[in-house]
Amino acid sequence: MENVTLRVSDVWAGYEGSLALFGISLEVRAGQVVALVGANGAGKTTTLRAISGLVRPESGQVVFEGRRIDGLRPHQITALGIAHVPEGRRVFGRLSVLDNLQLGAYVRRDPAERRRNLERVFSLFPVLYERRNQVAGTLSGGEQQMLAIGRGLMLSPKLLMLDEPSLGLAPRMVDRIFDAVAEIKRQGTTVLLVEQNLVEALELADYGYVIQTGRVVLEGPGAQLLESELIRSAYLGL
Amino acid sequence: MPDPLLEVEGLSKRFGGLLANQDVTFAIYPGEVVGLIGPNGAGKTTLFNCITGFYRPDGGRVQFEGVDITGWPPDKICRAGIARTFQVVRVFRGLTAFENVMVGALLRNPNPRRAAEVARDILDLTGLSAQADELVDGLPIALKKRVEMARSLATGPKLLLLDEVMAGLNPKERQAAVELVRRIRTELGVTVLMVEHVMEVVMPLSDRVIVLDFGVKIAEGRPQEVINNPEVIKAYLGERYAARFGRLGGV
Repeated sequence: MENVTLRVSDVWAGYEGSLALFGISLEVRAGQVVALVGANGAGKTTTLRAISGLVRPESGQVVFEGRRIDGLRPHQITALGIAHVPEGRRVFGRLSVLDNLQLGAYVRRDPAERRRNLERVFSLFPVLYERRNQVAGTLSGGEQQMLAIGRGLMLSPKLLMLDEPSLGLAPRMVDRIFDAVAEIKRQGTTVLLVEQNLVEALELADYGYVIQTGRVVLEGPGAQLLESELIRSAYLGL
Repeated sequence: MPDPLLEVEGLSKRFGGLLANQDVTFAIYPGEVVGLIGPNGAGKTTLFNCITGFYRPDGGRVQFEGVDITGWPPDKICRAGIARTFQVVRVFRGLTAFENVMVGALLRNPNPRRAAEVARDILDLTGLSAQADELVDGLPIALKKRVEMARSLATGPKLLLLDEVMAGLNPKERQAAVELVRRIRTELGVTVLMVEHVMEVVMPLSDRVIVLDFGVKIAEGRPQEVINNPEVIKAYLGERYAARFGRLGGV
């Protein structure tokens, strides 16, 4: 199907001989928000890392816009238009907000495109404009998360992957981050969202996958998935 | 009810401002397989370290067979009959699987010939006979974990503490590990307390589970009871999920 942006097929991957993914398969369709949920250690982060090339799959395929990308280097995958916003924000703490954002655009050479992206980020997160000259390490946790997302958007990504964007944030800030993700979707960017905040993630998502110990055990439209009683057994094992 | 094998009473452990274990109380009875579960950072491994003498608790006590073992050094606790494995495997590198297990077997068998017999038996039980003379360094993670289990079993424990033995194993290896835990109980009569994240393994395998969250015991009971506990649902599926669905019945 031509509107599939990303297809992960039967990917096995892990770290130093210890596997975390045991045949993950999922699809992300253009324009959708797809949520990947599951308990701690289920393999959500490793799935994102296998997509962005930070972990090389031992077997299986990752196809992005019709092209196999498993085996490519992370910077090559980034250049194709996949932005990976890692868990824990990982902003450059000693650099200014503006420099952090500019670094997100390092593969985009066109100054007009950079300017457009910067305006997009600042309209999405006005507080980043207010703090543009501030050192990133002095931002609050929520602001750092906004910066990390903004840095990803500077790539003009076709696929934005967010790993636990609400982790450690106060409830009000969690809502703001989810609002921002909804707005990013409205603007046409496809999103793959990893979250432990199950309700928020599945309410927002067009489609969701529940993974358990490195495999998809449940999938479906977000709202429908949330109502399923099977979701509890996917988290609690019975 | 038989006397408990292990009794943990009001155990607390603090790291600076963080209360990793807070007033944790529970008992383990002979012959049980008990799962110790909880989200990341719940304090499960800390509790293991307090029980096995790797940490000294800041409060509370640990009793084993009615004897207060709080603050005993790890080797003395092992001699008393509690053996453990580690979340990140700690096999003795540069030794073979057999030699690793021998180290355990020598604890109760000063006679090397007798210790070797014990080691061979344990290697056989744990399905490691074929790898007995291989250096553990080159073994895949699943087998390294099994060597660690074999080494602890060779010390002749009454209670075995397993720290995430299923992590990183593929489904087939996991099944083999489940079988091994069952045999440890039925064939060796060893009581098992296991920290485990792989819920679909630990829940069916455990007679009872104890749930920690932020250092506090939030639930204890049969797996089927525990999965319907609102506090457990909150810890695993989030506050908003618990608020919306927590009162629903079983799956």
